[in-house]
Amino acid sequence: MIPAGPLADKWTNHRDHLKLVSPANRRKFKIIVVGSGLAGGAAAASFGEMGYNVECFCYQDSPRRAHSIAAQGGINAAKNYRNDGDSIWRLFYDTIKGGDFRSREANVYRLAEVSMEIIDQAVAQGVPFAREYGGLLDNRSFGGAQVARTFYSRGQTGQQLLLGAYQALARQIAAGTVKMYPRTEMLDLVVEKNRARGIVIRDLITGQVRSHAAHTVVLATGGYSNVYNLSTNAIGCNTTAIWRAYRRGALFANPSFGQIHPTCIPQAGEHQSKLTLMSESLRNDGRIWVPVKTDETRAADQIPENERDYFLERKYPAFGNLVPRDVASRNAKTVVDQGRGVGPMKNGVYLDFADAMKRLGRDTIEERYGNLIEMYQRITGEDAYSTPMRIFPAPHYTMGGLWVDYNLMSTIDGLFVIGEANFSDHGANRLGASALMQGLADGYFIAPYTVANYLSAHLGEEVSASSDPFSRTEDEVRQRTGKLLAANGTRTVDSFHRELGRIVWDECGMERNAKGIHHALIKIPALRDQYHKNVRVPGRGAELNQELERAGRVADYFDLAELMCRDALSRDESCGCHFRSEHQTDEGEALRHDDQFSYVAAWEYAGDGQEPRMHKEELSFEFVEPSQRSYK
Amino acid sequence: MRLHLQIWRQENPSASGNLVKYTLDDVSEDSSFLEMLDLLNEQLVGKGEVPVVFDHDCREGICGSCGVMINGLAHGPSARTATCQLHMRTFKDGDTIQIEPWRSAAFPVIRDLMVDRSSMDRIVQAGGFISVRTGSAPEANLIPVPKGDSDEAFDAAACIGCGACVAQCPNGAAQLFTAAKVGHLNILPQGRPERYERAAGMVAQMEAESFGSCSNYRECEAVCPKGISVDWIARMNRDFLVARLKGIQGKTA
Ligand SMILES: Cc1cc2nc3c(=O)[nH]c(=O)nc-3n(C[C@H](O)[C@H](O)[C@H](O)COP(=O)(O)OP(=O)(O)OC[C@H]3O[C@@H](n4cnc5c(N)ncnc54)[C@H](O)[C@@H]3O)c2cc1C
Ligand code: SF4
Ligand code: FES
Repeated sequence: MIPAGPLADKWTNHRDHLKLVSPANRRKFKIIVVGSGLAGGAAAASFGEMGYNVECFCYQDSPRRAHSIAAQGGINAAKNYRNDGDSIWRLFYDTIKGGDFRSREANVYRLAEVSMEIIDQAVAQGVPFAREYGGLLDNRSFGGAQVARTFYSRGQTGQQLLLGAYQALARQIAAGTVKMYPRTEMLDLVVEKNRARGIVIRDLITGQVRSHAAHTVVLATGGYSNVYNLSTNAIGCNTTAIWRAYRRGALFANPSFGQIHPTCIPQAGEHQSKLTLMSESLRNDGRIWVPVKTDETRAADQIPENERDYFLERKYPAFGNLVPRDVASRNAKTVVDQGRGVGPMKNGVYLDFADAMKRLGRDTIEERYGNLIEMYQRITGEDAYSTPMRIFPAPHYTMGGLWVDYNLMSTIDGLFVIGEANFSDHGANRLGASALMQGLADGYFIAPYTVANYLSAHLGEEVSASSDPFSRTEDEVRQRTGKLLAANGTRTVDSFHRELGRIVWDECGMERNAKGIHHALIKIPALRDQYHKNVRVPGRGAELNQELERAGRVADYFDLAELMCRDALSRDESCGCHFRSEHQTDEGEALRHDDQFSYVAAWEYAGDGQEPRMHKEELSFEFVEPSQRSYK
Repeated sequence: MRLHLQIWRQENPSASGNLVKYTLDDVSEDSSFLEMLDLLNEQLVGKGEVPVVFDHDCREGICGSCGVMINGLAHGPSARTATCQLHMRTFKDGDTIQIEPWRSAAFPVIRDLMVDRSSMDRIVQAGGFISVRTGSAPEANLIPVPKGDSDEAFDAAACIGCGACVAQCPNGAAQLFTAAKVGHLNILPQGRPERYERAAGMVAQMEAESFGSCSNYRECEAVCPKGISVDWIARMNRDFLVARLKGIQGKTA
């Protein structure tokens, strides 16, 4: 399935032999793209430009609002504009090592390879990346890398890249090749004889449930960190689209691999609806520390240098504050658990700009991080120029997702999955500035080829949403929403989501162990039973009903949470973000067991109340030697 | 703290709405404005009443989904702040807060505080892009862009498409939004070839929608969460004028 040959030639050779669809035939094919973020927006626009007949869906009121918009820090590319020794190989190696050797060599190499075209494309679209005085593009270094290869747009790289894709999409909407369906939520996938035929959606304004048929379906619906309730994701981010596909036969890979981002604003109270990320680019110039003493009561500026513990610099002299996210997060948790946390709830660590301001001047810091510091001020009421920021890890990104082959197709024929929704490139941990890269790589430069290859075999086939599987799937969707409305219990959806989130965070979060996961596997189904009996969803299905939207998403999170726990339990090793406390080195680092666990765990749905079946995709490393990560 | 809320409730686009009063207790100063509405909604659901509908998603001031009139001000009293970034420490115990949807002919109310802003998407479809196909881009550093121009383009591109400018304008004009979109692309060398078609098309689309005309009240600039400057409007008008002199007709969406 992975093309043979030298690593550097695999994608080129493969692409050269993919089948094509001639321009005259393209409009005869209908493609459904669910999602309008970087992955979906880029794919839908590209398909439109090529002349396919595209339908694109998103739940927001405009495709420009997809959650990619919130990415702050930047996007990697192996341009080597800094002459600091960067190359495709190095970006590939950093990414696969960062993922703790739990991803496929060929996929990751391809990602590094197309990274350069992404920057070219974005610049041509008018994305205002930061520039130097000579007018050429600026770069900075970013977590986990020793070269400066990250392109950025102040603290809004995601918004600017998404606007590029959105504008390309708008052009295709105007040209009539793409029909956009905003405020529309996919609630199920229609599958006939293991072939994707279309989707069932709910119109969020009218509540109407209806079907759309196509020759192929591309899911680009983003990640599922909201399973934790509190995360850095937008409120509407959900697992529903990929979860429903899983239940229809797509394998779900590495569901428990979720990234906890080190630089978020610590929680301030129960009322909170989400956590806010401060871009980890802050770690370039900010120094992370906590007081040496537990129960320190002095303000930060009253604590002398020799009573501060710059714990990342101390433990990892080579990388210091720029160690990968999982390492930074876990170390922050350790010092907070030791009682050395800072802030009113003692639930954070300091990120301090004092030295950088001395070295570079306040203006430079303001130019680099001004909007982040302003955002911090707004939320906490504190001024980070004069007092250190407080940060703490929060759920942020999910490496797990639907299993896809080298062509990004799932185990359901004709169902492609791109962007954060698939599992493909980040292994057990994702490096900073590589999700934007992956979403755009999939959407602009991989799916357009591989989807065409798939379609070429289906020329002349009619598609229609009037066949049996469509009406059956629609009925099931109506029954599901009907059941949620009929429970008519006493507790709100949000109260259940908070409780579920707490369980998953405690037992399947930054650190896991068998005992805790066993607990969670008892607690989650019990709470789920409660949910279906006692949730209260007011209103009707056939109308705008935001509580019902939430209720459906949380219902799917319950099921996903259980699968995450099973996955975390079965992987009896530590790797990347999956830190099983039973498996650590003497120095407290993740201890892999390559002899047993060098595989992707791909789970198959086996029916409600049945244990899902695990399939293993063994990972083989022909070109790199999996080493124990060391950032010392 | 205790708050007295007056919230616009409207069942559907054709129903006539009205302000409904609610008293809300135990609102934390540290909560955001939308978390305050969440609290109200949880209580309403608890009582078997229909919760208040409003748009929101990222809750960090970047997606542009949220936005309501708070005591007559789009996004409320704090400068450069989207509704979701407004914190309750801005208000005092016992305050009365009136909350209404964006009011503009071009933004019909869908329900309660939620409006239809698809007119803004159509403005972008009428030329708010650079016509470059995937795959056809030249090497990124081939065309240097003076840092000043690039920074200015970014300033305009920071617009989050929330529509506050329209909502606050006594005429319901969309000049600030449209000018930001035109300006971002027209200032860059990549955007130059379509400069006049873009200005002509987007202005024509703006006029085809139900937006009002601009009489330089500048209220848009005052409420814009991203601080987009009205100077962009003058620049857009210049490009539009040149387009007209050259006889360039823009294509509407
Ligand atoms: C706060 C934050 C900061 C980040 N910063 C960075 C960074 O600096 N660099 C980096 O590389 N990565 C960053 N990331 C990660 C990166 O932004 C995301 O992984 C990436 O943008 C995901 O893109 P996507 O296209 O896969 O999904 P999204 O952008 O999440 O898009 C999902 C799309 O699917 C639609 N959708 C979802 N469910 C449904 C449904 N059921 N029915 C219909 N439509 C649906 C949505 O409407 C949306 O259009 C950050 C993430 C966060 C949360
Ligand atoms: S110009 Fe400002 S107020 Fe208007 S849509 Fe853009 S961000 Fe919102
Ligand atoms: S919810 Fe995204 S800007 Fe307010």
